[in-house]
Amino acid sequence: MIYIRLYFEFFKIGLFSIGGGLATLPFVQQLIERYGWITNEDLLNMIAISESTPGPIGINVATFVGYNTAGTLGGIIATIGLVTPSVIIILLVAHYFIKFNQHPLVQGGLSGIRPAVAGLIAFVAFELGKEELFLSSNNIQDILREINFQAVILLAILLYLINRYKKHPILYLVGAGIAGVIFKY
Amino acid sequence: METALELFIVFFRIGAFTFGGGYAMLPIIQREIVKERGWANAQEIMNYYAISQCTPGIISINTATLIGYKINGIKGALASTAGMLLPSLIIITTIAAFFQIFFDYPLIQYAFNGIKIGVIALIINIVIKMWKQSVDNWIGVFLFWISFLLLTLLRLSPIIVIINAAIIGILFQSKRLSNKKIQDEGDGEK
Repeated sequence: MIYIRLYFEFFKIGLFSIGGGLATLPFVQQLIERYGWITNEDLLNMIAISESTPGPIGINVATFVGYNTAGTLGGIIATIGLVTPSVIIILLVAHYFIKFNQHPLVQGGLSGIRPAVAGLIAFVAFELGKEELFLSSNNIQDILREINFQAVILLAILLYLINRYKKHPILYLVGAGIAGVIFKY
Repeated sequence: METALELFIVFFRIGAFTFGGGYAMLPIIQREIVKERGWANAQEIMNYYAISQCTPGIISINTATLIGYKINGIKGALASTAGMLLPSLIIITTIAAFFQIFFDYPLIQYAFNGIKIGVIALIINIVIKMWKQSVDNWIGVFLFWISFLLLTLLRLSPIIVIINAAIIGILFQSKRLSNKKIQDEGDGEK
Protein backbone atom coordinates (compact mmCIF):
# COMPACT_ATOMS: atom_id res chain seq x y z
CA MET A 1 0.00 0.00 0.00
CA ILE A 2 1.23 3.45 -0.90
CA TYR A 3 0.92 4.83 2.66
CA ILE A 4 3.07 2.08 4.13
CA ARG A 5 5.67 2.51 1.40
CA LEU A 6 5.75 6.28 1.95
CA TYR A 7 6.11 5.78 5.69
CA PHE A 8 9.01 3.36 5.40
CA GLU A 9 10.87 5.20 2.64
CA PHE A 10 10.80 8.38 4.71
CA PHE A 11 11.56 6.44 7.89
CA LYS A 12 14.76 5.22 6.20
CA ILE A 13 15.61 8.78 5.17
CA GLY A 14 15.07 10.01 8.73
CA LEU A 15 17.27 7.27 10.10
CA PHE A 16 20.23 7.96 7.84
CA SER A 17 20.23 11.70 7.24
CA ILE A 18 22.76 13.10 9.67
CA GLY A 19 24.21 16.58 9.61
CA GLY A 20 21.10 18.65 9.13
CA GLY A 21 20.09 21.17 6.51
CA LEU A 22 20.11 19.52 3.15
CA ALA A 23 21.21 16.08 4.38
CA THR A 24 17.83 14.60 3.40
CA LEU A 25 18.16 15.75 -0.22
CA PRO A 26 20.44 13.01 -1.63
CA PHE A 27 17.96 10.43 -0.33
CA VAL A 28 14.94 12.26 -1.71
CA GLN A 29 16.66 12.70 -5.07
CA GLN A 30 17.26 8.95 -5.37
CA LEU A 31 13.77 8.22 -4.14
CA ILE A 32 12.12 10.26 -6.87
CA GLU A 33 14.48 8.76 -9.42
CA ARG A 34 13.35 5.29 -8.37
CA TYR A 35 9.61 5.83 -7.91
CA GLY A 36 8.99 8.94 -10.04
CA TRP A 37 6.84 10.40 -7.28
CA ILE A 38 7.79 13.93 -8.34
CA THR A 39 10.20 15.28 -10.99
CA ASN A 40 13.62 16.89 -10.47
CA GLU A 41 11.98 20.14 -11.65
CA ASP A 42 9.40 19.87 -8.90
CA LEU A 43 12.11 19.15 -6.35
CA LEU A 44 14.02 22.31 -7.33
CA ASN A 45 10.86 24.41 -7.18
CA MET A 46 10.03 22.84 -3.84
CA ILE A 47 13.45 23.68 -2.37
CA ALA A 48 12.93 27.26 -3.54
CA ILE A 49 9.53 27.35 -1.85
CA SER A 50 11.02 25.78 1.30
CA GLU A 51 13.64 28.51 1.46
CA SER A 52 10.90 31.12 1.34
CA THR A 53 8.45 29.53 3.78
CA PRO A 54 8.99 28.73 7.45
CA GLY A 55 10.01 25.30 8.65
CA PRO A 56 12.89 22.90 7.98
CA ILE A 57 13.52 21.95 4.34
CA GLY A 58 13.55 18.22 5.10
CA ILE A 59 10.05 18.39 6.58
CA ASN A 60 8.73 20.58 3.79
CA VAL A 61 10.07 18.26 1.09
CA ALA A 62 8.64 15.18 2.85
CA THR A 63 5.22 16.83 3.12
CA PHE A 64 5.34 17.85 -0.53
CA VAL A 65 6.41 14.46 -1.89
CA GLY A 66 3.85 12.71 0.31
CA TYR A 67 1.06 15.07 -0.78
CA ASN A 68 1.86 14.63 -4.46
CA THR A 69 1.95 10.86 -4.10
CA ALA A 70 -1.09 10.24 -1.93
CA GLY A 71 -2.84 13.49 -1.01
CA THR A 72 -3.07 15.21 2.38
CA LEU A 73 -2.82 11.97 4.35
CA GLY A 74 0.25 11.03 2.26
CA GLY A 75 1.92 14.30 3.29
CA ILE A 76 1.21 13.68 6.96
CA ILE A 77 2.42 10.07 6.80
CA ALA A 78 5.66 10.91 4.96
CA THR A 79 6.41 13.64 7.52
CA ILE A 80 5.71 11.38 10.49
CA GLY A 81 7.84 8.67 8.88
CA LEU A 82 10.71 11.12 8.55
CA VAL A 83 10.69 12.12 12.22
CA THR A 84 9.87 8.76 13.84
CA PRO A 85 13.47 7.45 13.98
CA SER A 86 14.90 10.69 15.32
CA VAL A 87 12.26 10.98 18.05
CA ILE A 88 13.02 7.43 19.22
CA ILE A 89 16.79 7.92 19.05
CA ILE A 90 16.68 11.31 20.79
CA LEU A 91 14.57 9.88 23.62
CA LEU A 92 17.05 7.03 24.11
CA VAL A 93 20.03 9.38 24.00
CA ALA A 94 18.41 11.86 26.37
CA HIS A 95 17.62 9.04 28.75
CA TYR A 96 20.81 7.00 28.73
CA PHE A 97 23.81 8.94 27.53
CA ILE A 98 23.62 12.65 27.89
CA LYS A 99 27.35 13.00 27.10
CA PHE A 100 26.69 11.06 23.89
CA ASN A 101 28.12 13.73 21.59
CA GLN A 102 31.43 13.82 23.46
CA HIS A 103 32.12 10.10 23.13
CA PRO A 104 35.28 9.55 21.02
CA LEU A 105 33.59 6.93 18.82
CA VAL A 106 30.66 9.25 18.08
CA GLN A 107 33.14 12.00 17.28
CA GLY A 108 35.07 9.58 15.05
CA GLY A 109 31.94 8.45 13.22
CA LEU A 110 30.93 12.05 12.63
CA SER A 111 34.36 13.01 11.35
CA GLY A 112 33.76 10.43 8.62
CA ILE A 113 30.09 11.23 8.03
CA ARG A 114 30.49 15.01 7.65
CA PRO A 115 32.75 15.03 4.55
CA ALA A 116 30.66 12.21 3.05
CA VAL A 117 27.45 14.22 3.52
CA ALA A 118 29.12 17.19 1.84
CA GLY A 119 29.93 14.86 -1.09
CA LEU A 120 26.34 13.59 -1.18
CA ILE A 121 24.97 17.12 -1.31
CA ALA A 122 27.46 17.93 -4.07
CA PHE A 123 25.84 15.02 -5.92
CA VAL A 124 22.43 16.69 -5.54
CA ALA A 125 23.83 19.97 -6.87
CA PHE A 126 25.32 18.07 -9.82
CA GLU A 127 22.16 16.11 -10.64
CA LEU A 128 19.84 19.10 -10.41
CA GLY A 129 22.37 21.46 -12.00
CA LYS A 130 23.02 19.39 -15.08
CA GLU A 131 19.37 19.69 -16.11
CA GLU A 132 19.39 23.46 -15.73
CA LEU A 133 22.83 24.24 -17.10
CA PHE A 134 22.70 22.07 -20.21
CA LEU A 135 20.08 22.31 -22.91
CA SER A 136 19.96 18.54 -23.32
CA SER A 137 22.01 16.17 -21.21
CA ASN A 138 22.19 13.44 -23.87
CA ASN A 139 24.49 14.94 -26.45
CA ILE A 140 28.01 14.71 -25.07
CA GLN A 141 29.91 15.23 -28.37
CA ASP A 142 28.68 18.73 -28.81
CA ILE A 143 29.02 19.74 -25.20
CA LEU A 144 30.02 23.35 -25.82
CA ARG A 145 26.95 24.08 -27.90
CA GLU A 146 24.77 22.39 -25.31
CA ILE A 147 25.74 24.68 -22.47
CA ASN A 148 23.02 27.08 -21.39
CA PHE A 149 25.29 30.12 -21.07
CA GLN A 150 22.53 32.33 -19.74
CA ALA A 151 22.07 29.96 -16.81
CA VAL A 152 25.81 29.50 -16.24
CA ILE A 153 26.35 33.26 -16.06
CA LEU A 154 23.47 33.74 -13.61
CA LEU A 155 24.84 30.90 -11.47
CA ALA A 156 28.32 32.43 -11.40
CA ILE A 157 27.00 35.87 -10.46
CA LEU A 158 24.80 34.42 -7.71
CA LEU A 159 27.63 32.32 -6.27
CA TYR A 160 29.83 35.39 -6.17
CA LEU A 161 27.17 37.51 -4.46
CA ILE A 162 26.26 34.80 -1.92
CA ASN A 163 29.90 34.48 -0.85
CA ARG A 164 30.52 38.19 -0.90
CA TYR A 165 27.50 39.49 1.03
CA LYS A 166 26.10 36.56 3.05
CA LYS A 167 22.54 37.90 3.11
CA HIS A 168 19.39 35.87 3.70
CA PRO A 169 18.86 33.16 1.01
CA ILE A 170 15.41 34.53 0.10
CA LEU A 171 17.04 37.72 -1.22
CA TYR A 172 19.10 35.77 -3.75
CA LEU A 173 16.09 33.71 -4.81
CA VAL A 174 14.02 36.87 -5.34
CA GLY A 175 16.91 38.35 -7.35
CA ALA A 176 17.20 35.18 -9.43
CA GLY A 177 13.42 35.23 -10.01
CA ILE A 178 13.54 38.84 -11.23
CA ALA A 179 16.45 37.97 -13.55
CA GLY A 180 14.41 35.02 -14.81
CA VAL A 181 11.46 37.28 -15.72
CA ILE A 182 13.59 40.06 -17.28
CA PHE A 183 15.77 37.79 -19.40
CA LYS A 184 13.03 35.20 -20.09
CA TYR A 185 14.84 32.11 -18.83
CA MET B 1 -1.50 26.12 31.59
CA GLU B 2 -0.48 22.52 31.28
CA THR B 3 3.20 22.24 30.38
CA ALA B 4 2.78 19.89 27.40
CA LEU B 5 0.18 22.19 25.84
CA GLU B 6 2.40 25.20 26.44
CA LEU B 7 5.35 23.38 24.81
CA PHE B 8 3.15 22.57 21.83
CA ILE B 9 2.16 26.23 21.44
CA VAL B 10 5.72 27.55 21.91
CA PHE B 11 7.14 25.19 19.30
CA PHE B 12 4.21 25.82 16.96
CA ARG B 13 5.20 29.48 17.08
CA ILE B 14 8.86 28.62 16.53
CA GLY B 15 7.97 26.35 13.61
CA ALA B 16 5.73 29.00 12.07
CA PHE B 17 8.27 31.80 12.20
CA THR B 18 11.69 30.28 11.54
CA PHE B 19 12.87 30.48 7.99
CA GLY B 20 15.66 28.11 7.09
CA GLY B 21 15.49 25.94 10.23
CA GLY B 22 18.55 24.82 12.18
CA TYR B 23 20.38 27.71 13.77
CA ALA B 24 17.79 30.22 12.54
CA MET B 25 15.52 29.18 15.38
CA LEU B 26 18.14 29.56 18.11
CA PRO B 27 17.34 33.22 18.94
CA ILE B 28 13.60 32.45 19.29
CA ILE B 29 14.38 29.45 21.52
CA GLN B 30 16.62 31.65 23.68
CA ARG B 31 13.81 34.14 24.14
CA GLU B 32 10.86 31.76 24.59
CA ILE B 33 12.49 28.92 26.53
CA VAL B 34 15.41 30.53 28.38
CA LYS B 35 14.42 34.14 29.05
CA GLU B 36 10.64 34.14 29.33
CA ARG B 37 10.02 30.75 30.92
CA GLY B 38 13.36 29.81 32.46
CA TRP B 39 12.83 26.18 31.40
CA ALA B 40 16.51 25.71 30.55
CA ASN B 41 19.67 27.80 30.56
CA ALA B 42 21.67 28.90 27.52
CA GLN B 43 24.38 26.29 28.17
CA GLU B 44 21.82 23.47 28.19
CA ILE B 45 20.35 24.70 24.90
CA MET B 46 23.80 24.61 23.30
CA ASN B 47 24.28 21.04 24.55
CA TYR B 48 20.94 20.01 23.05
CA TYR B 49 22.04 21.51 19.77
CA ALA B 50 25.30 19.58 19.87
CA ILE B 51 23.45 16.31 20.52
CA SER B 52 20.91 17.07 17.77
CA GLN B 53 23.69 17.50 15.27
CA CYS B 54 25.18 14.08 15.83
CA THR B 55 21.93 12.13 15.95
CA PRO B 56 20.01 11.26 12.78
CA GLY B 57 17.20 13.49 11.60
CA ILE B 58 16.53 17.18 11.22
CA ILE B 59 18.44 19.36 13.68
CA SER B 60 15.62 21.73 14.59
CA ILE B 61 13.17 18.88 15.14
CA ASN B 62 15.71 16.97 17.24
CA THR B 63 16.35 20.04 19.38
CA ALA B 64 12.61 20.49 19.90
CA THR B 65 12.21 16.82 20.90
CA LEU B 66 15.11 17.05 23.34
CA ILE B 67 13.96 20.28 25.01
CA GLY B 68 10.42 18.90 25.29
CA TYR B 69 11.73 15.70 26.88
CA LYS B 70 13.87 17.56 29.40
CA ILE B 71 10.98 19.80 30.43
CA ASN B 72 8.08 17.37 30.49
CA GLY B 73 9.23 13.81 29.71
CA ILE B 74 7.92 11.80 26.77
CA LYS B 75 4.68 13.78 26.71
CA GLY B 76 6.68 16.98 26.39
CA ALA B 77 8.88 15.48 23.66
CA LEU B 78 5.87 14.50 21.55
CA ALA B 79 4.09 17.82 22.13
CA SER B 80 7.14 19.87 21.11
CA THR B 81 7.82 17.74 18.02
CA ALA B 82 4.19 17.92 16.90
CA GLY B 83 4.11 21.69 17.49
CA MET B 84 7.25 22.12 15.42
CA LEU B 85 5.90 19.99 12.52
CA LEU B 86 2.37 21.33 12.24
CA PRO B 87 3.04 24.76 10.65
CA SER B 88 5.14 23.16 7.88
CA LEU B 89 2.47 20.53 7.25
CA ILE B 90 -0.27 23.14 6.94
CA ILE B 91 1.72 25.61 4.82
CA ILE B 92 3.23 23.06 2.43
CA THR B 93 -0.02 21.12 1.97
CA THR B 94 -1.75 24.38 1.04
CA ILE B 95 1.02 25.30 -1.40
CA ALA B 96 1.14 21.78 -2.88
CA ALA B 97 -2.60 21.95 -3.57
CA PHE B 98 -2.13 25.04 -5.76
CA PHE B 99 1.31 24.10 -7.08
CA GLN B 100 0.37 23.01 -10.62
CA ILE B 101 -2.15 25.81 -11.23
CA PHE B 102 0.43 28.29 -10.00
CA PHE B 103 3.11 27.06 -12.41
CA ASP B 104 0.83 27.37 -15.45
CA TYR B 105 1.42 31.14 -15.61
CA PRO B 106 4.29 31.92 -18.05
CA LEU B 107 5.54 34.77 -15.89
CA ILE B 108 5.80 32.46 -12.88
CA GLN B 109 7.61 29.93 -15.06
CA TYR B 110 10.22 32.47 -16.11
CA ALA B 111 10.66 33.57 -12.52
CA PHE B 112 11.07 30.02 -11.28
CA ASN B 113 13.51 29.14 -14.05
CA GLY B 114 15.68 31.90 -12.60
CA ILE B 115 14.94 30.85 -9.02
CA LYS B 116 15.97 27.26 -9.78
CA ILE B 117 19.44 28.52 -10.71
CA GLY B 118 19.37 30.42 -7.40
CA VAL B 119 18.59 27.20 -5.52
CA ILE B 120 21.50 25.42 -7.22
CA ALA B 121 23.77 28.33 -6.23
CA LEU B 122 22.59 28.01 -2.61
CA ILE B 123 23.21 24.26 -2.58
CA ILE B 124 26.71 24.69 -4.06
CA ASN B 125 27.37 27.34 -1.44
CA ILE B 126 26.36 24.93 1.33
CA VAL B 127 28.70 22.29 -0.10
CA ILE B 128 31.54 24.85 0.00
CA LYS B 129 30.67 25.77 3.58
CA MET B 130 30.51 22.13 4.66
CA TRP B 131 33.82 21.45 2.91
CA LYS B 132 35.47 24.28 4.87
CA GLN B 133 34.02 23.04 8.15
CA SER B 134 34.58 19.31 7.85
CA VAL B 135 37.23 18.45 5.28
CA ASP B 136 40.46 19.06 7.16
CA ASN B 137 42.66 16.11 6.14
CA TRP B 138 43.18 13.69 3.27
CA ILE B 139 40.62 11.23 4.66
CA GLY B 140 38.03 13.99 4.43
CA VAL B 141 39.01 14.80 0.84
CA PHE B 142 38.85 11.10 -0.02
CA LEU B 143 35.45 10.61 1.64
CA PHE B 144 34.01 13.69 -0.07
CA TRP B 145 34.99 12.62 -3.58
CA ILE B 146 34.31 8.92 -3.15
CA SER B 147 30.78 9.69 -1.87
CA PHE B 148 30.16 12.05 -4.76
CA LEU B 149 31.42 9.56 -7.35
CA LEU B 150 29.70 6.51 -5.89
CA LEU B 151 26.36 8.29 -6.20
CA THR B 152 26.95 9.97 -9.55
CA LEU B 153 28.49 7.04 -11.39
CA LEU B 154 27.20 3.94 -9.62
CA ARG B 155 23.91 5.30 -8.18
CA LEU B 156 24.82 3.64 -4.90
CA SER B 157 22.45 4.20 -1.99
CA PRO B 158 23.42 7.13 0.27
CA ILE B 159 22.67 4.82 3.22
CA ILE B 160 25.60 2.56 2.29
CA VAL B 161 27.83 5.62 1.84
CA ILE B 162 26.90 7.05 5.26
CA ILE B 163 27.42 3.72 7.08
CA ASN B 164 30.84 3.17 5.49
CA ALA B 165 31.91 6.76 6.10
CA ALA B 166 31.02 6.35 9.77
CA ILE B 167 33.02 3.10 9.98
CA ILE B 168 36.05 4.70 8.31
CA GLY B 169 35.78 7.69 10.66
CA ILE B 170 35.61 5.42 13.72
CA LEU B 171 38.57 3.29 12.55
CA PHE B 172 40.76 6.35 12.06
CA GLN B 173 39.62 7.82 15.36
CA SER B 174 40.57 4.63 17.25
CA LYS B 175 43.92 4.55 15.45
CA ARG B 176 44.49 8.17 16.42
CA LEU B 177 43.56 7.42 20.04
CA SER B 178 45.90 4.43 20.28
CA ASN B 179 48.70 6.49 18.70
CA LYS B 180 48.05 9.13 21.32
CA LYS B 181 48.49 6.56 24.09
CA ILE B 182 51.81 5.38 22.66
CA GLN B 183 53.28 8.84 22.30
CA ASP B 184 53.67 10.52 25.67
CA GLU B 185 54.08 13.89 24.04
CA GLY B 186 50.51 13.88 22.73
CA ASP B 187 49.56 13.52 19.12
CA GLY B 188 52.01 14.48 16.47
CA GLU B 189 49.39 14.44 13.75
CA LYS B 190 47.30 17.26 12.44
